[in-house]
Amino acid sequence: MENPVIHLEHVTFSYNQTPVLEDVNLDVGEGDFIAVVGPNAGGKTTLLKIILGLLKPNRGKVRVFGVTPVRARPRIGYMAQQTSFDFLFPVSVLDVALMGRLGHCGRFAFYSGKDREAAMEALERVEMASWKNHPFSQLSGGQRQRVLLARALASDPELMILDEPTANVDAAIETELFEILDALNRHMTIMVVSHDLGFVSCYVRSVACVNRRLVVHPTSSITGEMIHELYGGNVQMVRHDHHCSKEDRDWPSS
Amino acid sequence: MAEFLADLQQHTFLQYAVITGILAAVPCGVIGTYVVTRRITYIAGAIAHSVLGGLGAARFCQVVCGWSWLDPLHGALVAAVISAMVIGLVSLYAHQREDTVIGAVWAIGMAVGILFIFKTPGYNEDLMSYLFGNILMVSPGDLRLIVGLDIVVLVFSVLFYNQLLAVCFDEEFARVRGIRVEFYYLLLLCLTSLTVVLLVTVVGVVMVIALLTLPVAVASHFSNRLWLTMVLSAALTILFTLSGLALSYTPDLPAGATTIVLAGGVYLAVAAASALRGRKG
Repeated sequence: MENPVIHLEHVTFSYNQTPVLEDVNLDVGEGDFIAVVGPNAGGKTTLLKIILGLLKPNRGKVRVFGVTPVRARPRIGYMAQQTSFDFLFPVSVLDVALMGRLGHCGRFAFYSGKDREAAMEALERVEMASWKNHPFSQLSGGQRQRVLLARALASDPELMILDEPTANVDAAIETELFEILDALNRHMTIMVVSHDLGFVSCYVRSVACVNRRLVVHPTSSITGEMIHELYGGNVQMVRHDHHCSKEDRDWPSS
Repeated sequence: MAEFLADLQQHTFLQYAVITGILAAVPCGVIGTYVVTRRITYIAGAIAHSVLGGLGAARFCQVVCGWSWLDPLHGALVAAVISAMVIGLVSLYAHQREDTVIGAVWAIGMAVGILFIFKTPGYNEDLMSYLFGNILMVSPGDLRLIVGLDIVVLVFSVLFYNQLLAVCFDEEFARVRGIRVEFYYLLLLCLTSLTVVLLVTVVGVVMVIALLTLPVAVASHFSNRLWLTMVLSAALTILFTLSGLALSYTPDLPAGATTIVLAGGVYLAVAAASALRGRKG
């Protein structure tokens, strides 16, 4: 693939002596919408953190937009798995969205008018603009997720990385969030970790299965055997399509 | 109270005490808000107690070695910054259990202080005033140092408000946005240590955590924004220290302890009121 957005070559990572990722190779092209699936503790979040430069692989090469992850960060939007938040933290919705602008403003960060505009635009995209002065702590789970998505969008990223954005929300909000991502995919590359393969396969173009090793499949080739191989044991598959097409989704012409 | 106000116009030591109370209260509200929201109260506690080591060592050098230019507050300042850096660097890089390090710094600092004070000839009244504060003993030299610390803490907290907010709210996200998280964490710990030194003169090493956290705990019942919490806590700290000073004056009570009892009483009242209202609603 020429000029991939994400390029991993023979990446190996272990926590203390426990191997988490082994010889992972991955190329993600511009405009892709890739889901990362796999069993718990299979290395999904580790993979994302390596791409973001938050973890350094023991071996192998990582390039994002052709440069090291740390140098590529201004072009990456990131929405983490939402578990470690202090929901008593006294911030407003706009305060949270503005944090997405941090890399863009000067060293002594006073946000400029442009930063505020970008943050408001991001809030509008997720339909939370009218809540800008509302305390973040008093939002519902779905609203919170949308604000955190706006925060990731505020930096105007070319690559959006999301870790289980729908882990703690109901099906309606899950659909709503993926509709937003679907629209965003028109002008940015998206990588999303999900536990819900059946659901995301309606939206994504390709699927990376991570269980220490990584295998990429186009959406159409997800079969029972593949899931069996990935998760091991007998997995009961339940179809819960919302509006899937039979065929694989088209790649952008590039 | 009337006696306090009458004497305030005559005695400079009372005027110094009032000025110190106000000057310590402002950074206390600002840094206290960061400390409470980032949940590093116990780090602040360890820094506060370790300050005794610096106070004792400086006093020892002053009396025994005859270094008359050295003020106990200088020792406090050095000890506070060293403890902050030790705790910060260990928790960032050494992968030790953080609470063990906090406990060690806490106890070792106090032990060193007690050894120095024990070996310093003269009355051991000093120990009591370091432990429980003596706002009535502030000298003009102390006041100059306090003004300096005040300026440093306030300038940095205003200048780096957005970065510190982001680092306290969500460290990982801040890192991805290119913020040097380690730098701002250490900066916050250093600002905390300077604030602790300011507060030691008001309430002493033992009660610093109370003054750093109780006003913030009260303020957060009335605020949903970080900067508003800071402003409210600073105002509350001024209120608590000045009323503590005024109320303790005539009955000759220790001012530091009176301040803390007052702050604790208000905190319990507000917490109880909010719990009752929550049950009704």
